[in-house]
Amino acid sequence: MKKQIIKKVNARISLRMIDLKAADDRELKEISSVMGLALSLDEMKALKGHFSTMPTDVELQTFGQTWSEHCIHKTFKGDISTEKGTIKNIFKNFIAKATKEMNKPWCFSVFEDNAGLVDFDKGYVIAAKVETHNHPSAVEPFGGAATGTGGVIRDILGVWGEPIACSDVLCFGPLDTDYKDLIGGVKHPKYIYKGVIAGIGAYGNNMGLPTVNGAILFDKSYTGNVVVYCGCYGMLPKDLYINKTQEGDLAVLAGGKTGRDGIHGVTFASADLSEEADEQRSAVQIPNPLVEERLRRATLRLRDSRLCTGITDLGGGGISCATGEMAYRSGLGLGVNLSVVHLKEKDLAPWEIWVSESQERMLYSISPDRLEDAMEIFKEEEVEACILGRFNKTGKLTVIIQNVIVCDLDLNFLYSPPTVMRFASLVETQIKKCDLPEPNNLEDELLTLLADPNIRSREGVIRTYDHEVRACTAIKPLQGSESGPNDAAVLKPLKDSWMGIVISCGINPFLQDPYWMAASSIDEAVRNNVAVGGRRIAILDNFVWGNPEHKDRMSSLLRAVQACYDFAVALDVPFISGKDSLYNESPLGPVRPTLLITGIGMIPDIRRAITAELRREGNPIFLLGTTKEELSGSAYLRSKSAEGGDCPTVDGVLSKSTMDALTLAIDKGLVASCHDLSDGGLGIAASEMVISSKVGMHIDLTKVHSQTRRSDFVLFSESNSRFLVEVEEKGAKEFAGIFKGLPACIIGETTKENALSFEDLKGKNYGVNATQLRLTWRGY
Amino acid sequence: MKLCDAKACVLRVGGTNCDAEIKWVLEDLGLSTDILHMNQAIKKDLADYQMLVFPGGFSYGDYVRAGAIWSREILTKLKKDLEIFIDEGKLVLGICNGFQVLVEIGILPGDGENVSGIPTAVLANNISAKYECRWVNLKVESDRIPFFGLLKKGQALQIPIGHGEGRFILQSEDALTELIKNNQVVLRYISPDCAAAEGKYPNNPNGAVYDIAGICNRKGNVMGMMPHPERAYFGWQLPSWGKELPKFGDGKAIFESAVNYIKKY
Repeated sequence: MKKQIIKKVNARISLRMIDLKAADDRELKEISSVMGLALSLDEMKALKGHFSTMPTDVELQTFGQTWSEHCIHKTFKGDISTEKGTIKNIFKNFIAKATKEMNKPWCFSVFEDNAGLVDFDKGYVIAAKVETHNHPSAVEPFGGAATGTGGVIRDILGVWGEPIACSDVLCFGPLDTDYKDLIGGVKHPKYIYKGVIAGIGAYGNNMGLPTVNGAILFDKSYTGNVVVYCGCYGMLPKDLYINKTQEGDLAVLAGGKTGRDGIHGVTFASADLSEEADEQRSAVQIPNPLVEERLRRATLRLRDSRLCTGITDLGGGGISCATGEMAYRSGLGLGVNLSVVHLKEKDLAPWEIWVSESQERMLYSISPDRLEDAMEIFKEEEVEACILGRFNKTGKLTVIIQNVIVCDLDLNFLYSPPTVMRFASLVETQIKKCDLPEPNNLEDELLTLLADPNIRSREGVIRTYDHEVRACTAIKPLQGSESGPNDAAVLKPLKDSWMGIVISCGINPFLQDPYWMAASSIDEAVRNNVAVGGRRIAILDNFVWGNPEHKDRMSSLLRAVQACYDFAVALDVPFISGKDSLYNESPLGPVRPTLLITGIGMIPDIRRAITAELRREGNPIFLLGTTKEELSGSAYLRSKSAEGGDCPTVDGVLSKSTMDALTLAIDKGLVASCHDLSDGGLGIAASEMVISSKVGMHIDLTKVHSQTRRSDFVLFSESNSRFLVEVEEKGAKEFAGIFKGLPACIIGETTKENALSFEDLKGKNYGVNATQLRLTWRGY
Repeated sequence: MKLCDAKACVLRVGGTNCDAEIKWVLEDLGLSTDILHMNQAIKKDLADYQMLVFPGGFSYGDYVRAGAIWSREILTKLKKDLEIFIDEGKLVLGICNGFQVLVEIGILPGDGENVSGIPTAVLANNISAKYECRWVNLKVESDRIPFFGLLKKGQALQIPIGHGEGRFILQSEDALTELIKNNQVVLRYISPDCAAAEGKYPNNPNGAVYDIAGICNRKGNVMGMMPHPERAYFGWQLPSWGKELPKFGDGKAIFESAVNYIKKY
């Protein structure tokens, strides 16, 4: 590059100016790359056209942050060119549209803030948010995962919520991956697995938050791209919610010091992981939960004393994004003085202070007459705070440092990035037929599946996460004395109310058709919620995809988003918050399209919550839903290294009716225990119920309402919208009545012996005792 | 003392996080409770309180060693007040991180009188080297202390633990003999069928010597325990509800005993 394009103008504060006007296209690209802006040529050209004078590095960095995929979600808000014409803004026209059409009165705030808010009891609202922290975890697993947890906790604080629980869903490469298969800076899955789990545990436990729900998946496509979803849930009295920053209010920055850690985290996250990713270790933030714990106390005291007018957390883009967003959403301007920021080290360049993503920081707007009281709280809670600047009416973001103006931007322009264009095809995925020979011994198949890395017990991980702290976990991730699985967590957050929050998740990346993959994830999240007694469910979407600039990735994204609209509406579950993480590609290739759906339901009385623990012998076992020959991507086929077959579909109307009927049956006290059918189908669901219990179960496969003639398919089909329900004997008739006209039939009963027995379609009998099931599933 | 005149104080510092649930259960039993940050506590008179609770959490991030930093702060800011408090026979309860703090300040096992500042025991890393969250079975070893008034010696309790540093160890065999002789071992880990845990995981979740889960000072008015009784207070907090949901869990008796003691005091 011609040297004179980037000019040092102030050595004392290390400020540079960039002569965009003098740069040609090649040089514009080079500027973006050298400065780590991750902006496209079109975006650089837009900037070249905008600035009449030379912009400073601080200004250009502001655009790099604000216009990043991570911050502004340009793919979801951009145009998509398909063979059937251009589709605009898939976020607005699919995800948000579903919520808008349902127009639920109990949705208090959706897609507005750091987190979605829905009504709860006694004037409280629930705040929910799920984030991803994939790239940082791939480079530095412990720090990446810990700061992912820390970040999502601050999202809850950022809507004035008191965090009450966390969840995490993790996708790793197979732990037995051969080192020979690792290339180009990719770390071994075992190293990543250990670091990520330790990181999540360390942060959540330290913060005193129970980790109550989650999942762990293993697949080759995650070897180069670990996926770390961190969720946090919180509570706040509705009348304490405030976000009305006024002219004249002060912008107060509080929490940890600002340093060189986490510089360019968002631009790092908005590009593929390269072989040199390790050299960007400085893009990963350093966790310090102690600072966040103090920040939480201070934030909640500020809330309860009504001392602030607005709040936002510092995440991607650091001070630059937080200040810009707060000023822009209030229709104001802001003058920032960077000289007052508490630094971890000297000699940070202004742009580094401006974009650093150092952790555990929050930004508040406070009226000057409340400042003294607020500062007293910070002092008592031992939180460092500084007055960054004052909100004004200019509509501009102005930054000074040591009396030099280093940034002067029009916020309207900053928040109007050029629309991006992506390309996709609407062709449906074709899946070939499956020709798998029928096995001789179903017991062997069942035990193989029970020990499958994607199905076996997660106890070893769950026990390293505190799931009891705060003493409000009613239904836990490990059920009863045998540590069995549960479909969802139930929390009782208020002292004087029996109402509970139900947290569940659904994730099905192994399904090859992206449309039905998304539909299945929604159905699974909702049915997990319904299985324990949840209802009035809101959902959160988290997309983890490869590089959207490739047509095939974009096509699958488009199909998944279409399913999101269709099935959110069909199951009557509005989206309240979401996040997308694209560019999950490494030298080993892209991730499987992975959509996590998180369900937030409520239960009027937690004492009515249902678990998977069988209650007593002699109760009939009902199977709800239809079992089809849907095995594409199933755990069974994968265990046989087989492919093809039909993809599990969802009949929205039938699914909704089944779940509504189940909720009614639970409320009438007819349900003794219940478990949803997911990975491994009927065979695994039945085994897991026996594992959790002191009694056993016998089932007859000939009685299953199915559309297949093969016993192994009946046992392991992964058709959606199905539940296995133990019904109290005296209520069996009433239960059957509730399900009149719906697919529901008695397929067996609970037995005295603690074992699972079943008869296949040919009349062959099998029996496995619980001791062996447990040994296989959980390893002891 | 009338319960309406009595008050408990739950102390906290940065990193403490089990204070709210302790207030919840104490107030459920009718004992008014203040949660005070150390910065607030030093401005108040501890003499106004009948019970002091050091709750669980990760005080000061548990950097250095669990409870170490907070214990030094207490020694410099609250030593005298704490000594008087204990001397008067008032109740001090340390749970989890609170237990670690009481050991670090030298109150437990201690000589039973002074806040020595010199630890004679330690809550070391779990043998598994992992954080562990699980429900454990405990045996009551002493029913003479104020915290166990409603319990019987030999009774079994089910209460959860959640810690990475809970392995109670002493400096010598003699110290253990002394502790047992003085009836200072109050809670021990056992198996679900009430047999001795004998140091074996998971019944003894951390490898504590002599399966020790909780101890008291010689007088019995200061107790520290690794399990969290506040998480086993209500029946709905239990890991399995069985055929009929119980109203309360085993943790309730410990707080209720303390409250009863205050009423008589």
